[in-house]
Amino acid sequence: MTNLRRANISMTWKLLGVAAGAFGFGFALVPLYNVLCSVTGYGDQAKLLQRAAAVTAHPDLTRTVTVEFLADVASAGSWDFRPVKRRVQVHPGELFTAEFYAHNLTGRDTLAQAVPNISPSEVAGYFHKTECFCFTPQHFRVNEGREMPVRFFIDPALPRHIELVTLAYTFYDQSTRVTRR
Amino acid sequence: MSTAAHADSHDDHDHKPHGWRRWVYATNHKDIGTMYLVFSGCMFFVGGMFAEGIRAELFKPGMQLFDPQFFNSLTTMHGLVMIFGVIMPSFVGLANWMIPMQVGAPDMALPRLNNFSFWILPFAFTLLLSSFFVPGGAPAGGWTMYPPLTLQTGASFPMLIFSIHLMGASSILGAINVIVTIMNMRAPGMTLLKMPMFVWSWLITAYLLIAVMPVLAGAVTMQLTDHYFGTTFFTAAGGGDPVMFQHIFWFFGHPEVYIMILPAFGIVSEIIPTFSRKPLFGYEAMVYAIASIAFLSFIVWAHHMFTVGMPLAAQLFFMLSTMLIAVPTGVKIFNWAATMWHGSLSFEPPMLFALAFVFLFSIGGFSGLMLAMVPADYQYQDTYFVVAHFHYVLVTGALFGIMAAIYYWLPKWTGHMYDLKLGTWHFWLSTIFVNVLFFPQHFLGLAGMPRRIPDYAVQFTDWNMVSSIGAFGFGLSQFLFLYLIIKCVRGGVRADSRVWEGAHGLEWELTSPPPFHSWSTPPSAAVIAHGAEH
Repeated sequence: MTNLRRANISMTWKLLGVAAGAFGFGFALVPLYNVLCSVTGYGDQAKLLQRAAAVTAHPDLTRTVTVEFLADVASAGSWDFRPVKRRVQVHPGELFTAEFYAHNLTGRDTLAQAVPNISPSEVAGYFHKTECFCFTPQHFRVNEGREMPVRFFIDPALPRHIELVTLAYTFYDQSTRVTRR
Repeated sequence: MSTAAHADSHDDHDHKPHGWRRWVYATNHKDIGTMYLVFSGCMFFVGGMFAEGIRAELFKPGMQLFDPQFFNSLTTMHGLVMIFGVIMPSFVGLANWMIPMQVGAPDMALPRLNNFSFWILPFAFTLLLSSFFVPGGAPAGGWTMYPPLTLQTGASFPMLIFSIHLMGASSILGAINVIVTIMNMRAPGMTLLKMPMFVWSWLITAYLLIAVMPVLAGAVTMQLTDHYFGTTFFTAAGGGDPVMFQHIFWFFGHPEVYIMILPAFGIVSEIIPTFSRKPLFGYEAMVYAIASIAFLSFIVWAHHMFTVGMPLAAQLFFMLSTMLIAVPTGVKIFNWAATMWHGSLSFEPPMLFALAFVFLFSIGGFSGLMLAMVPADYQYQDTYFVVAHFHYVLVTGALFGIMAAIYYWLPKWTGHMYDLKLGTWHFWLSTIFVNVLFFPQHFLGLAGMPRRIPDYAVQFTDWNMVSSIGAFGFGLSQFLFLYLIIKCVRGGVRADSRVWEGAHGLEWELTSPPPFHSWSTPPSAAVIAHGAEH
């Protein structure tokens, strides 16, 4: 009986040890998943950034693509909105910055956001914006005008037959939506 | 030890403490088993009340009874109560009652720990259920507790987390007790491969419990520290990832669903041979099938979250490993069918529930296979199809298994035969209404009705009405069950020790009801041979 009791107690402690180990394993899963992601490259941000850097480090200088910029406003007369340069020649893989100029003519402090559109549509998968004024709403004071940047590169895998890309922005005044909120 | 052994021998001749001391200080496996079963019975009616509330709100479109926040609390609490308060404790109660009697042990190996693991539960559920009365109401973010939504829970957030901790501690300690009892306390001659299937299924379940319940405790602890101590395990703003919680949760969650079904497999493997008057077909195959289901349960968790965005290779792996589970499960289903083949069948209530289990659990298994397919899952994810699927495996699976076990062993426990006619009525009412309740939910899900919504588009009205009528019928039928049990406990025709003509196993070698202390001297080899032929 004493032996049985001793065996019971020692087994209980071992099993409690297993349970404690499992509790620790739950926490260990957090770094383990990160290790899994960095080994396999699934959803790993560092890997994705590296891949982007690898693309932009070796521009394809043998090819030239024309990029045209269009600017439009949702309600005419309230904004002066236009690209600083109407067209540029770029090499695929080359990081390029274009400027757009906007001037607030609404007569009040306001928020506005640009919505991009790209054509032909099959280019969308190859046109990468790393930074764009269209990502966030822009605040303008009364009568303020300024230039805003968009940084982009074109993937060297862009199909051969495409030589002209058009990037169009429409500028929407959001102040009505803001005041309603 | 010598003093404890001395104290034990004092209690021998059915001498037991009386009044409240018998229950609060209980160390007897039968008393603790009874308390577990009574507790889960109470929780069954509490969780059932939540379910009836849900179905009443969904009886017709539009907002009828509750505001959406309260409705979400009902679905969340229904899940938590039914899983942690009904299915798991009632299996532990059955284990307490039956395992020592079935392996020829005088009691559970750790009687005081046993007392502790039961008495944690009433406190855990008082804490959880009282969250209805704090500012912000009961948890409403779903029983799966996904962040960031669950991190927005009001004052009930810490109550949720700590009650999960308590339930986890209770089931880990209960599982340890089961393993130590089975490994150390078997009567001489009761080798592992002579153990009854119920004992086998519980041994494997107990290992699953101590492997994954602590992982859940870890996951909710991370939520707690995210909420109060500024860690960012699951907060994207600090570099954490909410999807990480889903991975950790389902690493617990998938073994958990087998924790809730394997003991039912064991129960059905006891009942079908009894009422077929034939030994179980393929006993060893059944043991290995349970073991392989348990192993596979650790490598399929991400099939609960196909739509969170994961690489194709991972989706294929989790899809195929999930489908692989159908193989050992198929072995079990076919072995049950083969046990009945050419048997001399009779249809008392335990057998009726066991047969309904085999048939209806298979329906839940098939819808599970449909959900395992990644492209199909994109359509079914978070619809009523999923609700129908897991209620078929949990209600007509786990719960019907528990009801079968109660009908099977109740005469043994009480010494009285229950009203068989009433039991048959309860069976047919439950089985018909449970199908009226859950089968239409397949149609609703395929038609696109999302789960966890208090209101729905009008085209879903008809089947929701049917489903709600089924829910009311199923709920009311359970009062018949309650009445039958109370009546049987209070008296009735005396049951003999074997109770069922075809029953085999050590528990049937004891009188009905068994003495307060059974197998104080281990059964002899002859008794084991007489009882434990499969």
